Amino acid sequence: METEAAKLIAAGLAVAPLLGAAVGLGVLFSGIVNSMARNPSMSGELRAIAFLYFALVEATGLFGLVVAFLILFAF
Amino acid sequence: MIKLDKNKFGFLNNNLVLLSMIIALISFPFLSYAGGASMHSPIEQFVVKKIFEIQDPFFGYDISFTNASLFMVLASIVPLLILTMGVRYAEMIPGKLQSISEMLFEFVENLLIENTGNAGRPYFSFIFTLFLLILFGNLLGMLPYSYTFTSQIIITFFMAIIIFISVTVIGIFRHGFGFLSLFLPSGTPLVLQPLLFVIELISYCIRPISLSVRLFANMLAGHTLLKVFGGLAVMLIGSGSVFLMPIAILPIGAIIGMTALEVLVAVLQAYVFTVLTCIYLNDALNLHH
Repeated sequence: METEAAKLIAAGLAVAPLLGAAVGLGVLFSGIVNSMARNPSMSGELRAIAFLYFALVEATGLFGLVVAFLILFAF
Repeated sequence: MIKLDKNKFGFLNNNLVLLSMIIALISFPFLSYAGGASMHSPIEQFVVKKIFEIQDPFFGYDISFTNASLFMVLASIVPLLILTMGVRYAEMIPGKLQSISEMLFEFVENLLIENTGNAGRPYFSFIFTLFLLILFGNLLGMLPYSYTFTSQIIITFFMAIIIFISVTVIGIFRHGFGFLSLFLPSGTPLVLQPLLFVIELISYCIRPISLSVRLFANMLAGHTLLKVFGGLAVMLIGSGSVFLMPIAILPIGAIIGMTALEVLVAVLQAYVFTVLTCIYLNDALNLHH
């Protein structure tokens, strides 16, 4: 019973990195929007870069999610 | 010479595709739970099931043909068919399939040449195959009742470790001991050199893990999220309450939105995997920091 509860708490704590990913995505997109506003002729290239880094940043949060799944289902 | 009848591909009619997509999206939560009450865990969809059993006659390993293998075969055959059909009767003014295959080809070619320069040209066929396999694996996994083989860590890790080893071997063959300068940016003070060497070496060796876990985690998280919301919709509809049943429109709407996002993620992750492979290849081919 207590192990079950501890498992759930641990899984909840393990998704905390998603907060960092959210902050990172906010910073990334604010930078992209700023640059697009300053130089609209670069929009196409900037969008391609934004999508690449969106995937890279998002992945760091998902590592935490994978740890949560491991705690919940693998043990 | 047989001229290709353009109407032969009339099934690619826009309205029909749109209609079937809408039907597929709306029926997704119901179809995926049609299996019965036992399918309530959101990670049940990742279970590898045997289709027919094969025993390795020499070592006794279980090498059965599973649903993961089936979708790997499909993900290899579908792009092959699209590309062959597309360029079979190539014309000056390309049709739909020819445009698709030419766009795919040029997209990956530009990607490779931008990142590695002309030195990367011999590796084009490998990069193109890798991109198509991951792209179609991800996209076929978005269909209801299908299986996403990229959501298995062993498959993505194996792809990543093959890339890692071959890139290292290519680097050593091309540069010999000079390849070690990859781990030491030029202009480092002598005091910092041992520390920096170790850090760079670790960050180099962690590459296959981060490359594989990125693809695997994205696919796992996306499909689990879809299943969680699908389960919510089915629970609300199944409750039988007059107040709760209309609320089910909310998770269904969320599923439609997230399915669109998942298609974007599927394409994006295939792209990211390919770009990172190109960047790693560039590190080994052109040693300048």
